[in-house]
Amino acid sequence: MATAEVTHEAHDDHGHHEDEGFFKKYLWSVDHKVIAVQYLVTGMAMAVIGGFFAYVFRMQLAFPGEAVPGFGIVSPAEYNALVTNHGTIMIFWVAMPVLIAAFGNFLIPLMVGCDDMVFPKINRLSYQIFLLSAIVLISSFFVEGGGFGGAWTAYPPLSAVSEYNLTPLGATLWVVAVALEFVAFLLGGINFITTAMNSRAPGMRLYDIPMAVWMIVVASILFMASVGPLIAGAIMLIFDQTLNTGFFDPAKGGDPVLWQHLFWFFGHPEVYVVLLPALGFVAEIITTFSRKPLFAYRTVLYTVFGTGILSFTVWAHHQFISGIDPRMAHIFTITTLLISVPIAEMMFVYIATLYKGSITLNTPMLWALAFIGEFLIGGVTGIFLGASGPDVFYHDTYFVLAHFHYTFFPIAIIGSFCGLTYWWPKMTGKMMNETLGKIHFWGTVIPFNVIFLPLFVLGQLGQHRRIYSYEGFGELMREDVWLGMGMQDMRVLATMALVVMLAFQVVFFVNVFITLRKKEKDAGPNPYNANSLEWLAPSPPGHGNFAELPTVYRGPYEYSHPDRKAKGTDFWPQWEKE
Amino acid sequence: MDWIVQASTYADDVDGAILLITYLVGFWFFLTAGLFFWLIFAFRKRDGVEAEYLTGGEQQPKKFITWAHMLVLVCDVFVVIAAIQVWVEIKQTLPDAPETQTVRIVSQQWAWSFIHPGPDGQLDTADDIKTVDDLHIEVDRPYIYELTSRDVLHDFSVIAFRLKQDAVPGRVITGWFQATKTGEFEIQCAEMCGIGHGLMPGMVHVQSPEEHAAWMASKSNGAMLAQAGR
Repeated sequence: MATAEVTHEAHDDHGHHEDEGFFKKYLWSVDHKVIAVQYLVTGMAMAVIGGFFAYVFRMQLAFPGEAVPGFGIVSPAEYNALVTNHGTIMIFWVAMPVLIAAFGNFLIPLMVGCDDMVFPKINRLSYQIFLLSAIVLISSFFVEGGGFGGAWTAYPPLSAVSEYNLTPLGATLWVVAVALEFVAFLLGGINFITTAMNSRAPGMRLYDIPMAVWMIVVASILFMASVGPLIAGAIMLIFDQTLNTGFFDPAKGGDPVLWQHLFWFFGHPEVYVVLLPALGFVAEIITTFSRKPLFAYRTVLYTVFGTGILSFTVWAHHQFISGIDPRMAHIFTITTLLISVPIAEMMFVYIATLYKGSITLNTPMLWALAFIGEFLIGGVTGIFLGASGPDVFYHDTYFVLAHFHYTFFPIAIIGSFCGLTYWWPKMTGKMMNETLGKIHFWGTVIPFNVIFLPLFVLGQLGQHRRIYSYEGFGELMREDVWLGMGMQDMRVLATMALVVMLAFQVVFFVNVFITLRKKEKDAGPNPYNANSLEWLAPSPPGHGNFAELPTVYRGPYEYSHPDRKAKGTDFWPQWEKE
Repeated sequence: MDWIVQASTYADDVDGAILLITYLVGFWFFLTAGLFFWLIFAFRKRDGVEAEYLTGGEQQPKKFITWAHMLVLVCDVFVVIAAIQVWVEIKQTLPDAPETQTVRIVSQQWAWSFIHPGPDGQLDTADDIKTVDDLHIEVDRPYIYELTSRDVLHDFSVIAFRLKQDAVPGRVITGWFQATKTGEFEIQCAEMCGIGHGLMPGMVHVQSPEEHAAWMASKSNGAMLAQAGR
């Protein structure tokens, strides 16, 4: 601990970096921590928009045809645009920027023990392009014809021909925004991988890299390897829309199903691109707060690589009934079910980490445990969908929707709150309020389950997705089917739970506000007695991160080591020699 | 799964595969979730109890993980077999019984058109019966469908049959079904097809042979009258 305190004092002379002026410091910075905050704030602003969209279309489903408070009457075109852009925003403008870009930027240099990213200017450019992509996407809601409404998967010919989608400008702006976003993350990915591989502190071997860093690196590799085909597809789609080419038009020799292959060849690895960083955060948190080494570190790492490689071979399970050769379904059923093995292994390893630990249930730990519990439901329900035969029934039902929300919600929302609550003291130097944190936690996780469990039931009853109103379907308006509820009652219940969940997010923002207004920086460099290098730097770290670049002597998860217990402490930081 | 009616020959097989997966997945889910919550409770922080240093690098504790993931793999094999069996039945075989009929399904923004063979049992003859949004078939008789689209992707989905198939412009996709219950079953479009996607319901009318014959007769007379009038 002595070392840490010395470093803290030594860092006070870093104040001279702060006279750069607001513009240079916050908007034109090359500092990885400022860029992380830029990504974080932009991602959270987009999350508010995506959440609002969900509120509007859920209200329409619960009370079809009635004016939604804060929006008004929802037309079918608006409904489709809301659904489409809710999905697009939550994946590309919330999960990606927050989990990978914000935390990747903030954590990688601090956790590998260097002063900044390897290519700081590329890093700045990455954020600027990302911001531009967000502006393009938002502007697409306000052009003539409204925002694109052809689902976030944008299958042609609907997405390619304006006579079919009736959003000539919205559809093109949507594709342009997505393509720009990919460029931003390609630039970011170069930085993450290079920094983690080349700028590690002396002594840090590959097996000493904290899991959060490994996961972001593997996610970046997956993203960079999978996105190429989709960028090509996006350009073809833009050509089809604007130059009247026929890449996806059968009348001109094209094939609409080609897009689906390009999209899902990217789209399935993308699931793991956002999953892995969240798993990385969970690894850091459960080890710290159960005071245990990560169970089988190397197994986790090999599992991550195995999952990553397998994820390139499963894409067509999204296309079982899309008109592909039916024999292909066998291959993709087998690969899809195989991926359950590494993922199950990872879940087992994380759960095994708790064994014989000393578990503190504070806010970050609650989020991390909730991730495991909720993702488990998402994982097991995926088996139904990866199996070709049952998928003939499940495809496009609310069962699919509930399944992937049980994966994406833990990833994008719970994962983000894991990272935010755990590293908040490092980012700001101040501890968050625990009571408000726990209120926010329960107020988010309980309503989340109340939203999506009924949607599994609705899916099991055959309710299809992306339907503006179910009033025209007698089979989907049945009474008294589950726990005394009719199908419409379940829709109302899910919507009410969503409203409750959204309302509880106010608690989080209040907590942030209160914490930021606190005068004293009460966190200190290492509030959790954690091992990895970011806890050596002062909170918040100044420009250049460390007073003196650290040397690493051991892995990041040496908690409760017998030699240290003899000395009366249960952690053994990476930077301490003895 | 008897929440929803089973009205085709393969509905029961789909539900059977789903039930098998439910048992296997349910076993793992409750085992893992139970263990998870028990660990959180049993190893909560208590005064005087310290965590143990277990890295999982040793063989003994690791065995539990290895053993468990082998079992997961075994379960996967069962799921794959069940899934493929059902899949082959629905998507890779076509009925060849002599009484098999063929219907043509044409999807477009935002309606279904059906071309039924008339009393002669053949398509592309003068007595073909064309309807919009209503498909009329005979119970217990195998039907082959030829599914096409005039514009964007659609998906012909009948929940009661457990049938779903995308319609792709430029292609004729062939499949089959055989209804086992008379009655009316809804058709939903299961692929986003534009602003009318939610307003594209259709209906399958499964009729007894007598009712079906009567329906055909009424339609054929109407068609002939219409032709005479022209």
